[in-house]
This record gives sequence, structure tokens and C-alpha cells, in this order.
Amino acid sequence: MRNIDFDCKVVEMKNIIKKFGDFTANENINLTVHKGEIHALLGENGAGKSTLMNILYGLYQPTAGEIYINGEKVNITDPNVAIQKGIGMVHQHFMLVEPFTVTENIVLGMEPTGLAGKMDMKKAVQDVEEISKKYGLYVKPNEKIYDISVGMQQRVEILKALYRGAEILILDEPTAVLTPQEIKELITIMRNLTQEGKTVIIITHKLKEIKEAADYCTIIRRGKHIDTVEVKNTSEAELASKMVGREVSFKADKESKEKGEATLRIENLVVKDNRAVEAVRGLSLEIHAGEILGIAGVDGNGQTELIEALTGLRKIEAGNVIVNGKNVTNNTPKEIIENKIASIPEDRQKRGLVLDYTVAENMILENYAKEPFAKHGIMNSTAINKFAKELIEKFDVRPEDEKIKARSLSGGNQQKVIIAREVTNDPDILIAAQPTRGLDVGAIEFVHKSLIQQRDKNKAVLLVSLELDEIMNISDRIAVIYEGKIVDIVDAKDADENTLGLMMAGGGIQNEK
Amino acid sequence: MLDSLGFIIGTTLMYSTPLIYAALGGVMSENSGVVNIGLEGMMTIGALIGATVGFYSGNPWLAFLAAGMAGGGLALLHAVASVSYGADQVVSGIAINFLGPGLALFLSRIFFEGATMTKAIPLDNKMPRPIHGLLPRNSFLDLVFNQYATVYIAFLLVGVVWFLLYRTKLGLRIRAVGEHPRAADTLGVSVYKIRYLCVVLSGVLAGFGGASMSLAIVSNFRPTLISGHGFIALAAMIFGKWKPQGAMWACLLFGVSNGLVVYLGRSDAPFEISMQLLSMLPYVLTLIVLMGFVGRSSAPAANGVPYEEGER
Repeated sequence: MRNIDFDCKVVEMKNIIKKFGDFTANENINLTVHKGEIHALLGENGAGKSTLMNILYGLYQPTAGEIYINGEKVNITDPNVAIQKGIGMVHQHFMLVEPFTVTENIVLGMEPTGLAGKMDMKKAVQDVEEISKKYGLYVKPNEKIYDISVGMQQRVEILKALYRGAEILILDEPTAVLTPQEIKELITIMRNLTQEGKTVIIITHKLKEIKEAADYCTIIRRGKHIDTVEVKNTSEAELASKMVGREVSFKADKESKEKGEATLRIENLVVKDNRAVEAVRGLSLEIHAGEILGIAGVDGNGQTELIEALTGLRKIEAGNVIVNGKNVTNNTPKEIIENKIASIPEDRQKRGLVLDYTVAENMILENYAKEPFAKHGIMNSTAINKFAKELIEKFDVRPEDEKIKARSLSGGNQQKVIIAREVTNDPDILIAAQPTRGLDVGAIEFVHKSLIQQRDKNKAVLLVSLELDEIMNISDRIAVIYEGKIVDIVDAKDADENTLGLMMAGGGIQNEK
Repeated sequence: MLDSLGFIIGTTLMYSTPLIYAALGGVMSENSGVVNIGLEGMMTIGALIGATVGFYSGNPWLAFLAAGMAGGGLALLHAVASVSYGADQVVSGIAINFLGPGLALFLSRIFFEGATMTKAIPLDNKMPRPIHGLLPRNSFLDLVFNQYATVYIAFLLVGVVWFLLYRTKLGLRIRAVGEHPRAADTLGVSVYKIRYLCVVLSGVLAGFGGASMSLAIVSNFRPTLISGHGFIALAAMIFGKWKPQGAMWACLLFGVSNGLVVYLGRSDAPFEISMQLLSMLPYVLTLIVLMGFVGRSSAPAANGVPYEEGER
């Protein structure tokens, strides 16, 4: 315990209740945070941890309960009040205005001004440089946000809070978009901040980071306060079971297996992004039957474009995609599906489902025109619903109702519907793009099992994920992508996080032939 | 020859003026994230109120201000619908475009004994020309610079709006709200207040635009007076990439086409073209510009997206 002042309770939330209609997001939650501590808030998706912090930041009003800041009872009606009380929040999805500079983003809402409301940009830049130096948060004040790395964007977010004089910093899932090296940097930054007498609250569902960084951890499950523990006296397994409410296995069970023929061959692929800049630049890769090939990389290195090209959603400028010896380059999505490629898309709500269709309709999206679902252009709802019922049972979709809209399912169940549809098509190749993004531990387990099942059925699985742990956990081979090229391919058995992390940041380019 | 050039430049400036006011209105509204296709309706009501107040009061400045307030009042309806109630901004704008001309016609009939045209304002009570008589009559400089006060104000406002948007803290907040309202909201900037302010200001500017038509270029209001100027201004704003100075250049381009129409329509024009074909020029230009540039322009990211402060 470094610097914690146990006599000074900077945040005390007592019996917080928050209801959205009939749904209770927070049920009598208590939280006490001392000055100088790093306090983790652990819980599954939808457990209510973000809701609790949004209440503390004034974005929501609690239905009942009391909040004390430095022992004084406060009523935080909006973020302005929170900022005044010294609370700053870094949101999971960055709240940055892309075409603005770093400085403009930091001073927005508290701009140094001269006569007639004219902005004093010179002073603004000086102020930013000053606090940036003080807390060791390196940024380039005059760069536009869209030109800087995600890591720097996050530092801009932290500086935004510090510029407003924040004493208490709330970080909502801060590591979701970072490389392992950037995560280490962030942990150092958090330690520095507590040395300076600041208090940090991080919202996360990653146990490893809690073990590494936090002093105390409050666990929330289904809106209820489960426990507050001292991190050094607990284990990851204990935290996990408290979070989920049952024992969880971290390691995906997987038997070793000989890989077969190359089912999918990608040769010197070139694909452009929306701005007509080459995002995939001569990428080559082979994926074999009976293996899971994981592509590790930091967001924005061409993963999205690669997948869109493979699934026929984006034009391939050069190179070939060969499936089972057949060239499918620039085929239509329909032809690609007929060539036995299935995909779990990155954005399940936009690309994976038609949210306003029923679950049953979503399950036949790719086969709607085939018998028995349709005959002479007329849909057969009996056959469709029967088919959907079978899949719902087999894949444990909840609630068990094929007639409700996909929109009303939880994220995990939406993903189950997609997986059910894609796997039932009996594909030779399954492309999974960030298949567990935003899912809770239970649903993640299910997705991983499904992917491994495909592999065990001697299918080829291409997994693209920003979560390095996930890639290392279930892949057989790992390819690292950097700036649209594969930097290196390693066997998952020999992979270690540090080397992969370096390669993801472009440090392994020398390995490229 | 020089005189002809002077005449064309002079008419260009005069005809660009109503467009510049309205386009600046569009710049204000859309930079805060509210699409305003209701400029046409706001210009029309501004033109009617300007002509009416001008006729009865004899004071062109009072008339000009009243026209701005009328445009702003109509814009307030747009703001209530599209900001507070999150209505589709295009639909609300279309409603404004029906409401403006309809209301103008109705008021004209009330104030002028059933006439759809207001009575002409006497020459002395029109918008003044600040440097009238200072330059030799019909010299090149006189043709270019002897303009109504509204012309000078329009170009001045281009600079004012630019300064406001890019050099003041209010401008930074306006653009932040148009790009990423939630980011602004979490920093304590009120998205609703900013959007209300900008939409109402855009109506005021469009109202000025209408009045610069009915108080200066002509001296009365008639139902066909505005006929598409609001839409041309909208196109100019898009062509000008949502920036005040860009919109100004685009308005001048449309103004040139208007100036040419007037010049070539004169009896002493060097060659004869059918007036009907000529009058199409500004509209054809609008179509070409919109077809060629709309897709590639860079609109504010949150333009047209309603924002709910409660929902996060």
C-alpha cells in the first residue's frame, strides 16, 4: 500500500438505487474509496458498474441513495457539478472531437479567453504542455485527434479531466483498446497519479489488470454489491467466481490436433479503406483445415478491411483469395457463402442481424430462398419457425421464443443467433471478427467452445480479435498484423505476450522477409 | 467594355447578397449539427415582413431588423421540433418551407387589402446606399461599389461568422456540438442551448436575406420573389464546405450567373439569348454543383442527427 490515506474517504456512495423503468440497474450499492487508492470496480457486462459511475459523474440521477465527496453530502445533478467537485471521467468510447486538435479537445468547455470571447490558443497550448509534463502524460498539443494513436487519445482524455482539476479519476474500461505495452504505460500513469495524491477508480472486467494495478476491488453482480476485497489478499479465480457467481474455467479446453490441407489461401491481397488509402497492403496467409488461426493486432491495422474483402463486402484491388482451390476474388457475398465461407461479423447489430426481424427470420437470412423455407417465392413460416425452434434449443438462446425481435435479445444471445445460423450452414471456413466483443464471461465461454468445435470438425477458423488474451487462449497459430501486412506467424504454444505486443506495435518488422 | 464589366460585377454583388445571408444562416445551423433546409421559408417570411414594416414605418433599418426577427421566429419552430423533440430535421425543414410562404401570403392579404403583393416602398425609404453620389455616376467604380448597405453588411457578416466559429470559445463549442455532441455534453456544454441559439440565428440571417431582397433589390414583396433562393443558398453552403468564406465564394458564383442573366437580358447586350433559357442558369448551376460535390464534401459529423441529453 503506497500512499493511501485511510482517514480520508474521498468518495462514499451509500445505498445507491437506480431503476430504469422496471429494470433495477443498481440495488443498494455501497462504495467507499480512500484518497490515493486505485479502486477497481469489477463486474460482468450489464452488472451495473458503468451505471454507478455515471451516477457519480452526474450523467444519471440515482433513484435513491446518498453520495458524499470528502465527507460532504452532494447532489450531483450534471457533469458540471461533478467537475466542480473534482471528479473526472474517461469514457469507454472516447469523447473526442476528431477534427479538433489535442489542445482544443482538452480546453473545450473551459477555454482560456481574451477580449470578446476570443480564444487564447497560445495560453491553452501552454496550459496543456504544463499539465502534460507534470503528470508524465505525453501528447502533441497541436495534432488533430484523427492523426494520433489510440494510446495518445486516451492520454488526451485523462488530461481533459486533469485540466479541470480532477482529484478523482474514473476510467471506464480503459484497456479495451490498448496494446499490452500501452496497458503497462497506463498502469504506470495511474500509479504516478496516486503518488500525486489523486484517486483512481477503474471499471473493468479484466482480472489480470486488477491484480496488477488495483489496491481494492469492489465486485458488482446483477446490480448488487457482492464484496469489496483487498486485491493482494485474493486470487484471480476468487475474483472471477465472485463476479460470475460460479466457478469459471479460464483456459479453453482444447486437444492438440494435426492440421490438414490449406483451405483458405490469401495471396498478396491489397484492399483500400473508406478514404481510398491502402489498408491491406500485400497480405498473404494460409489457413488450414482443423486449425484456428488468430490474427492479433491493434485496431485499425487493416483487420476490418481484410475481413470485409474476404466476405465480399469490399473490393479487392489486387491479389487472390482461394477457397478449396477455387478463386473467389471479388465474388459477391452470396457466392462466397455458397463457397462455404461463414462469418461472424465485427458489428453484430449492423452486419450480423436485422434487428427488427424476428429471431426466426434472422436465422434463415442466408437460406430464405431455399426449400423448405420458401417455395416458388412464397415463404413457409411453419418450416421457418420449426427450424428456428430447433436452433434455439440447440444453441440455448434465451428467451426461447423464435418470434421476438432480435433487438430485444441481450448481446450474448444475439451472438448465439448469429453463430447458430452460420454454423448450421456447415461451412468449411468460419471467419470470426471480434466474436466476444462486449460479451460477458459466460457468453465468451460459449463462443470459444463453438469456435473450437468447428476446428475439431476439421474446419478452418480465422479469428480476428483485439483481445490478445483471447487470441493466445484459443488459437493454434497466431499471425500478427501491422499496417496491413502480416509481420510474423508463430505457434500459439511458443507465443508470449511481450513479443506479440512488440510486433503489434510495429517493433517486429525486421522479421519480415 | 469596362462599364459592362462594372455592371456585371455590380449586379453580381447585389444578387449574391440575399444568398450570402441565407448561406451564413445555413453555416451557423449546420455547424451545430442541425440541418436547415427551411432557409427558403425563413427568407420568404423575412422578405414579407421587411417589405411590410418598410412600407408602413418608412424606416428601412427597423424593417430589416423586423425581418430578421420574423425569420428567427420561424426558425424557433424548427428548433423546437428538431432539437427538443428530436424530429427528423429534413421533414421539419420541409414543413417550414410550406409554412413560410403560406404565412407570408396570408399576412400580405391582411395588411394590404387582400393583395398578394405588398405596395412598393417609396425610393427614399428603401435601404440606403452609403456611398451614393461620392463617385462619378456610372463610372466603373460607381457601378461596382455604389451598393445598398445590405451588401456591405453581408460581406462584413462573412468575417463576423468566420471569427465567431473559428476564433471564439462559443465557436469552438458550436463546432464541437456539431461534430460530437456527447463529448461536448460530458464537458458540461449544453447541446440544446447551443443548437437553439444557432438555429434561431440562422433564421435571423435568412430573414435578413429575404429583406435584402424586398428592401433593396426590389421594393416590395410578391409570392415569387424568393423562388428557390433559399435552396440555392443551401447548395452554396454545401459547395462551400460548411465554411463561411467558402459559402461566400459559392454565393458569388451563383451571383455571377444572376448578373449575367441581367446583363445579357439588357437591350444593348452583345448578343441575344432567350430570357427563359437564361433565367434557368442559376438553377442549372445549383443542380450541377449538388450532383458533383455533395457526396465529397465534409459535413459536420453529427449534422442531422437529433441528440437526446438524457440518453447516453
